[in-house]
Amino acid sequence: MNSIALLSAAKDGILTGSVYALMATGLTLIFGVMDIINVAQGILVILGAYLSYALQIHWHIDLFIGLLITIPAMFVVGIVIERLFLGRLKGPEKTAMSILVTYAVSLLIEGSLNMIFSVNDVQLQGWYVQKAFAIGSVHFGYIYVAGFVLAVALLSALYFMLYRTRFGVSVRASLADQTSAALVGIDVRRVSTICFGIGVAVTAAGGMIYGSTNAFNASSSYDLISRLLTIIVLGGMGSLGGAMVAGVGMVFVGDMVGVVWSPIWSSMSYFIILAIVLLFRPQGLFGKQMARVA
Amino acid sequence: MKLNGKFLRVLGATTVAGSMALALATDSGAVSKSHAMSPIKIGISLSLSGDFSADGQAFQQGYKLWASDINKAGGLLGHPVTLDIKSDASLPAQVQTNYQALISNDHVALTFGPFSSLLTIPAAKTTARYGYAMVEGAGGAPSVFSLKLHNVFDVALPVANSLVPFANWISTLPASKRPKTVAYVTSNDPFTEPQIPVAQAILSKAGIKSVYNHVFPAEVTDFTPIADAVAAAKPDVVILGATDVPTVSAFMQAFEQSGFSPKAFIATAGPDQGAAFIKAVGKANADGVMVPNSWYGLAANKQSKKMVAEYIKTYGGTPAGVNGDVAEAYAVGQVMAAAVKATGGFSNSKIITYLHSGVKIATVLGGAQFNALGENPSMTAYTFQWQGTTGTKFVQVNPANDPNSVKIVYPKPAWGK
Repeated sequence: MNSIALLSAAKDGILTGSVYALMATGLTLIFGVMDIINVAQGILVILGAYLSYALQIHWHIDLFIGLLITIPAMFVVGIVIERLFLGRLKGPEKTAMSILVTYAVSLLIEGSLNMIFSVNDVQLQGWYVQKAFAIGSVHFGYIYVAGFVLAVALLSALYFMLYRTRFGVSVRASLADQTSAALVGIDVRRVSTICFGIGVAVTAAGGMIYGSTNAFNASSSYDLISRLLTIIVLGGMGSLGGAMVAGVGMVFVGDMVGVVWSPIWSSMSYFIILAIVLLFRPQGLFGKQMARVA
Repeated sequence: MKLNGKFLRVLGATTVAGSMALALATDSGAVSKSHAMSPIKIGISLSLSGDFSADGQAFQQGYKLWASDINKAGGLLGHPVTLDIKSDASLPAQVQTNYQALISNDHVALTFGPFSSLLTIPAAKTTARYGYAMVEGAGGAPSVFSLKLHNVFDVALPVANSLVPFANWISTLPASKRPKTVAYVTSNDPFTEPQIPVAQAILSKAGIKSVYNHVFPAEVTDFTPIADAVAAAKPDVVILGATDVPTVSAFMQAFEQSGFSPKAFIATAGPDQGAAFIKAVGKANADGVMVPNSWYGLAANKQSKKMVAEYIKTYGGTPAGVNGDVAEAYAVGQVMAAAVKATGGFSNSKIITYLHSGVKIATVLGGAQFNALGENPSMTAYTFQWQGTTGTKFVQVNPANDPNSVKIVYPKPAWGK
């Protein structure tokens, strides 16, 4: 086995895993606060990538500067989706119904993207997209490093918001028990709407990095959502820390197995770990043991 | 479960709107003109979304172009042709459902194939049960023909030998120029995997050592660690078994970031997607990249030239930018039209018998002549290469003794140079 390949795989796992963690954090935040499984998260990542693409192609706006536009834009998209479709879901079947509704939303967005951008693959461009620097024999792509820094910064901001702000207290209270939160005067509906917006807003950053490291079209969302869902299941549905650990862990383990053993086993290795964890901890690594009362 | 009216309205409206948007985006494109005779319906399942959507859409363009041409020429035996296209989302199970619905519900008279060997397998099995001929242009993998179904006819090149001209060229280079090492890395797809051992046998015989040989799962979303492992092995040649542009693009990006540029780089598919490939990887990076195929937009074949001109008139672009899928789909229509004309009707059993008779049919791809398994072994494999960084051209480079082949760019220029 080649030591450079091993070090490169470790580097790839951590850098790429952090971006997946960011995307999955949005998904798990939405589930934690709203009991909604947002299967549209994959297509929202792709929508975020296409927004960056449109800004770059039509207005020559740099990908990172463009985030100042795309993150708020995706926040608004999230608010609109929540207000139009999800806020109306009620009752014990809410979680199951949310899968259908968000799937319909994803079809709507996918069809629209296909109409606007066609199905031909595109990739985001920038001088830093292809270039890299070396530390020893290991090369670090600028875009991957920037993606890692961006993910860490946004996840830190999210944590700051959750643990250092009054709104964060409301979110955490809603995460713990929506009924009790409402009883102490928290506007759970408003918290839910904003959390959905935040969960969608992070896809702008995730999408920009994804679109810079992969050629994509609207259909790329299918591979993404399956991966994101498995991350939050491993981490524990509704657990932000779990999503981060599982996101980085999943990609890291897969990448290492791909080098040490064979790439054909990289995905399989993750699912084996997932199966073992769920065998002993059905709630995932950091999930709550008891079902929360809605 | 009790559902309130408001919720049902929301769900209903969302689903309908979503379906409408998808339907508009993936317009099934029925082609019809007012003719005196009743229309003849041809059923097709295509990947208008999902992993193969880019190829599926290109196939749709090819089928539509053929239908338009045949209708301008008076239709099939005077019947205007209507295409009944259902989207399969690149899912084998949906392909099966689609052909069942096309035959038993929509009562199509004829069927054309989907995109990819992976999807041709369920398509061929399903149509065989109903006794329909399955003429197709993208199911050339051995796994399709190993089914020994009597109804399958692939107009394109059998894929197993696609890399032979490339491997032969490498192995016959003078010893001073001949690469010493090669990496084989392929998706676990029925289209890509069978090509690798054939090339490997030729290169091994020429003394070229394999330094990396692995298969990766088709559902991989991050190719960087695999590409980094290939780069760490520092092979002179990289043979990549890919089915689409994103895979090739990801490997190229990771190679560039690793500071690794092989002397020769060939991918089984992706670079053949014309303008779509260039748009994803950039002109400068495409220089020197190769792909095997049996057709390209600048082919000398007269029928091909006519089709390319019509394509550009309809969809725009340049000859080099026309996706090979378009020609494969168009050729499917040509083979079926010839069979219908020769048999004087739409009897699938007669069409199957006719196509198994050894008859040679001229198509935009060249001659189509089927063996007992439905393969078209008469098709020649070529290697094509992107050349130049500004006036980028897609040219035929192998077999070297073919009059239409131009000088190959070797070694491949460094990425972006």
